[in-house]
Amino acid sequence: MSSPIISVAQNPRQTDPSGAPQGSPVQQDVGPEAPKSAVRQFLMSRSSGKAADTTFSAIMLMCALSIFAIVLFILFILIARSKLSLSQFGFKFFTRSAWDPVSGDFGAFSFIYGTLATSLLALLVAVPLALGVAVFLTELCPQKLRAPISFVTELLAAIPSIVYGLWALFVLVPIMRDQLGPVLTKYFGWTHLFNGYNFGLNLLSASIILAVMILPIISSIARDIMLAVPISQREGVLALGATRWEMIRMGVLRNARIGIVGAIILGLGRALGETMAVTMVIGNHPEIPKSLFSPGYTLASVIANEFSEATGDVYLSALIEIGLALFLVTIVVNVIARALVWAVTRGAPARAH
Amino acid sequence: MRERRVKLSLLAALAIAIAGGTAVAQNINAAGATFPYPIYNRWFTEYAQAHPNVHINYQSIGSGGGIRQVSDGTVDFGASDGPMTDQQLSQAKVKVMHIPTVLGAVVPVYNIPNLNKELNFSGDVIADIYIGKIQKWNDPRIARDNPGVNLPNHQIVPVYRSDGSGTTYIFTDYLSKVSPEWQSKVGKNTSVKWPGPGVGQKGNEGVAGMVRQTPYSFGYVELIYALQNKMAFGQVKNAAGKFVKASPEGVTAAAAASAKNMPADYRVSITNAGGDSSYPISSFTWLLIPRQFSDPAKAKAVKDFLTWMLDKGENEAAGMGYAPLPAQVQAMVRKTITTIK
Repeated sequence: MSSPIISVAQNPRQTDPSGAPQGSPVQQDVGPEAPKSAVRQFLMSRSSGKAADTTFSAIMLMCALSIFAIVLFILFILIARSKLSLSQFGFKFFTRSAWDPVSGDFGAFSFIYGTLATSLLALLVAVPLALGVAVFLTELCPQKLRAPISFVTELLAAIPSIVYGLWALFVLVPIMRDQLGPVLTKYFGWTHLFNGYNFGLNLLSASIILAVMILPIISSIARDIMLAVPISQREGVLALGATRWEMIRMGVLRNARIGIVGAIILGLGRALGETMAVTMVIGNHPEIPKSLFSPGYTLASVIANEFSEATGDVYLSALIEIGLALFLVTIVVNVIARALVWAVTRGAPARAH
Repeated sequence: MRERRVKLSLLAALAIAIAGGTAVAQNINAAGATFPYPIYNRWFTEYAQAHPNVHINYQSIGSGGGIRQVSDGTVDFGASDGPMTDQQLSQAKVKVMHIPTVLGAVVPVYNIPNLNKELNFSGDVIADIYIGKIQKWNDPRIARDNPGVNLPNHQIVPVYRSDGSGTTYIFTDYLSKVSPEWQSKVGKNTSVKWPGPGVGQKGNEGVAGMVRQTPYSFGYVELIYALQNKMAFGQVKNAAGKFVKASPEGVTAAAAASAKNMPADYRVSITNAGGDSSYPISSFTWLLIPRQFSDPAKAKAVKDFLTWMLDKGENEAAGMGYAPLPAQVQAMVRKTITTIK
């Protein structure tokens, strides 16, 4: 069983600027003695083939390199501006959870913890839901419902985060405090995940609103990936006597898995950096949360909250180092995710062909 | 015919533009505190209407930003809700002086369902609510200040400002004065390490919204915000032992009580001021004016504005919820302005 979806998913990589301009396909199609078509004549009259190709490839290369330049520049500025805090606290900055602007004692651990905890919890909620939406849309949905459901999913992605934040503050938080919270404590209190006083502003509320925000990203990309799986794959699996669920599992999800992981990574990226909505519902209390009902704090939130009124050089420098920490956390999480993809797909081609 | 008219009007527009350009237009850039922004904005707009050649552009980027930018000389003057520290003053590239403009206050707000009476709070009680020592509304120390009020046996939900703010500075400055434990454990700043349980919300509107929708919560907001939004707020015990409800008059009284000991550089905290009618959680807000301008015309424009502020601007303060400077302080400021070069 070949897996064309893998080549579909990898296609964009093959068109990187260094590989693109090797030989012009138009020239290969038309032999030297063949009569020149109108289109060909027009093209030849407009450009001098080789020079245009080289220029084009150089420009594209510059575009690609500018990404590296931007990332390096950001990293450079973050390190240069956080020098004071880096020299005062060293690498312990990332493992200590002190945050006291009065005495000038700073550490990022509680913020790193809050960022990772909310993002991973959000993935836990959003991924099954998003995949469910994507599978339903591509495989099971009646034609009539397909357009409205995908439209509404994409609409969710277009809502600004401040609106999500307001909705969470006025709708989700009271529900969490008065209805959902007591039920969770009653039935799942034994897990110790739902202990402590429930303010309504807590890790769980922040994770749920993050999950809602990343749901449309994951589901719409996953849907597009699944749509790209050729129909022959599905027919082949069905012809072998598979049930519908087996067809989806073996024919669709299996072929689309790399793209799906890519979609999840994109969603995770948004969750890690999300600022406004999380700030409004997480409670902004810099402590290592003991349960899902404890208020927490994230890296992005503390920058948004304290940057404008930060007085004192070390304080300001520590806040910029928080930015550096967020940058590093994003990189580390992405590397881990890529490594996971690699580990999952390493053995795949052998089995597929 | 039509074309000619267009040309004529273009010429006229050009002439006006040139004339406008040749008149000595003075652009003054300023940045800083958000708390006094509403009244500053009104002052600068009115001043520009009365003096078309002076335009003051004020950006409310926060006190921290105001201090940094005026110290580096990137703006012509700054504004701050908390006075600059000695260290900040000595490190600043541009030497600045503090000019008090108006006063503000911070009030305690709370949400107890089915309670119609206004609550009284002592300073040490407020401190211990945030430290976590007082956790229930029916704590004997709250009951002592509110005889006859039926307080519920329910957990208090403390709410504080998560963003750095002058409001938090004034509030923690007050708590440091009335509670030795607060002084040693927490201290005062635009944002602090909150010692007890509780949640942080961004801005006055965030804290007020949270308190409004959370039963049994307790928080603090600026007086002007509470007045504009018609929020109920509690009375606070002042240094003379009287429970006072915040009002612009009570704040000006606190400033007047401290005016006798006013230092020459105006960097004074008036929280917990003496006097029967003084409201204890009050503070000045300051403009940070360079002692010396490189451009004499600019210095003159700033001096003229400050004089106008004392003559006209102060009268508008009370109407907007700010407390005007007491007369003695106004007289002092008038003398200080003349020293700007």
